[in-house]
Amino acid sequence: MNIIVCVKQVPDVTEVRIDPKTNTLIREGVPSIMNPYDLHAVEAGLQLKDKVGGKVTVITMGPPQAEEVLREAISMGVDDAILLTDKRFAGADTWATAYTLSKAAKKLGFDLIICGKQAIDGDTAQVGPEMAEFLDIPHVSYVRSIDSVSDSEMVIERLMDDCYEKIALTLPALITVVKELNTPRPPSIRGKMAAKKANIPRWNADDIEAEEENIGLKGSPTMVKNIFAPPPRGERRILDGTPEEQVETLIRELRRLRCL
Amino acid sequence: MLIRIDIEKCTGCGTCVSVCPFAAIIIKEDKAFITEACTLCGACVESCPENAIIDERGKEGTKAEEFKGVWIFAEQSRGKIASVAYELLGIGRKLADELKSELCAVLFGPSDEVEELIKWGADKVYYVNSQDYTYLDDELYSKTLINLIEQYKPEILLAGATAIGRSFIPRVAARLKVGLTADCTGLEIDRETGNLLQIRPAFGGNIMATIVSPTSRPQIATVRPRVMKRGEYKSDRTGEIINISPLKLKGRIKVLERVEDTSFCKVNLQDAKVIVSGGRGLGSPEAFSILWELASLLGGTVGASRAAVDEGWIPYAHQVGQTGKTVCPKLYIACGISGAVQHLVGMQSSDIIVAINKDPNAPIFNVATYGIVGDLKIILPLMIKKLQEGVSE
Repeated sequence: MNIIVCVKQVPDVTEVRIDPKTNTLIREGVPSIMNPYDLHAVEAGLQLKDKVGGKVTVITMGPPQAEEVLREAISMGVDDAILLTDKRFAGADTWATAYTLSKAAKKLGFDLIICGKQAIDGDTAQVGPEMAEFLDIPHVSYVRSIDSVSDSEMVIERLMDDCYEKIALTLPALITVVKELNTPRPPSIRGKMAAKKANIPRWNADDIEAEEENIGLKGSPTMVKNIFAPPPRGERRILDGTPEEQVETLIRELRRLRCL
Repeated sequence: MLIRIDIEKCTGCGTCVSVCPFAAIIIKEDKAFITEACTLCGACVESCPENAIIDERGKEGTKAEEFKGVWIFAEQSRGKIASVAYELLGIGRKLADELKSELCAVLFGPSDEVEELIKWGADKVYYVNSQDYTYLDDELYSKTLINLIEQYKPEILLAGATAIGRSFIPRVAARLKVGLTADCTGLEIDRETGNLLQIRPAFGGNIMATIVSPTSRPQIATVRPRVMKRGEYKSDRTGEIINISPLKLKGRIKVLERVEDTSFCKVNLQDAKVIVSGGRGLGSPEAFSILWELASLLGGTVGASRAAVDEGWIPYAHQVGQTGKTVCPKLYIACGISGAVQHLVGMQSSDIIVAINKDPNAPIFNVATYGIVGDLKIILPLMIKKLQEGVSE
């Protein structure tokens, strides 16, 4: 089975803080990591390969330093990695990103594409399904279990808001995965060596035959108009006294507000 | 560069430097300078007090005047229309009235509740009454919606930022090459341009962004459930139901089975009136049992922060926050949750928030209606005890 896993390098948003004076993001010292959902996508690819054989190729679009996440995937055991990097890719929204990744996928060829459910910096969850549309293949989002795989079909479970569904999916296809699917393996010693030595090819817009009007800023229908700090909430009260007094005041207040 | 500095006007005040989310502007020889780190997000443009930042990003596009009307996608599950559909009608009605256009709902799959969409504000309902549409089939849903959009040309399309909406709407946007903004928490019409201002949290909810799709129509957004208010229900409101014939596709996915009675289905965070939530401060998975005790006493359920879920103390289904559920109960009690912004965005629209934490500087206190600085191991058992014996008025 020929598997492509799409990954993204993101700032670790749990480390991002707001400067209370300027209401802006403090980005200094915020580490770059592989999008946490993508670790599960890589693991899913590796497990499928272990089961049915084949090859796992990991791709990312980003600046040259995004190569770090590809090396991380190699250290986990993927066979190949491609970095899509080009100044013309800059400023891409989900539409242009999905277009670019789908062009690369077309060039590589595949039976299955695996993406994380969403990236933690943008939280859109759009790129996977959009890629499926560009490639004219079916997709299933929020895959929480892969029950069986054959050459032409997979049976998987899709996590919905109020239930889950068992689904038969015809290949080639794309899936996006949630964290319950698996536990990502740690890098192996051999993997780390391979990651260090790996020569990662870089593809630009011409290499994947991407049309200029569909990539980067030009290919992006959405624009960020402005950014601002989340609005604060109203009245606040810290209850004082002994623990007993605090709890009694709280219960009284909640009764007064008809919360209890 | 599509965003550049007018050196004549720039005073080197540095406002843009602090506004830039990507640290892509530096001051060089008393003038602002945009570095290669620029992602062309445009956040700096409006910040400049001297109007010295010039935005030359493309403005030409589709003929906006051909597109009229506000549409909402009304999703159903087993024939029951989702609550978010009525919320979308609430905000949709507002936008349609402001644009002086009609509000239409799109409903796929058989449902006895079609008329409800009209009573909650829709002028028209495009209805595909076919068993093939009972479950989400992304290709079938998107192809059908694309056909409708191409035929009727709406100006705005809203869908719930739910499992269904977030899965198939991107295919629609991809095919039509139009802008799609995920998980919006605010929507307004820009009086100047008529564009839809789509407000959403970004960077894990650390910051809010306003997104526009100036050159393409329809403008599509998914909207976070439980944020928008429902409109006015009028049982005598009339409207038109337009039956749309179902498409026959070759069907590359097939839903074999729908499984409802698993643990996560029982955790109905989004409908709970009271949620008692636990975070890293609980210290152990065992500590959740006291939260369950308190929750059952209050007739509520138990939530958790990402930290507690990541520790493996409680299943993901309980997670509240940016990557979990968005909730707005009447009462939210946060126990040992520090209040990372990604958690706050998932619960800060709760009516009353109580925070219990031993760190007086924990950011959770910034959103708490009532805060108790103290030890959970003392406070929670006391609360349970007092609730059981009753506190004098």
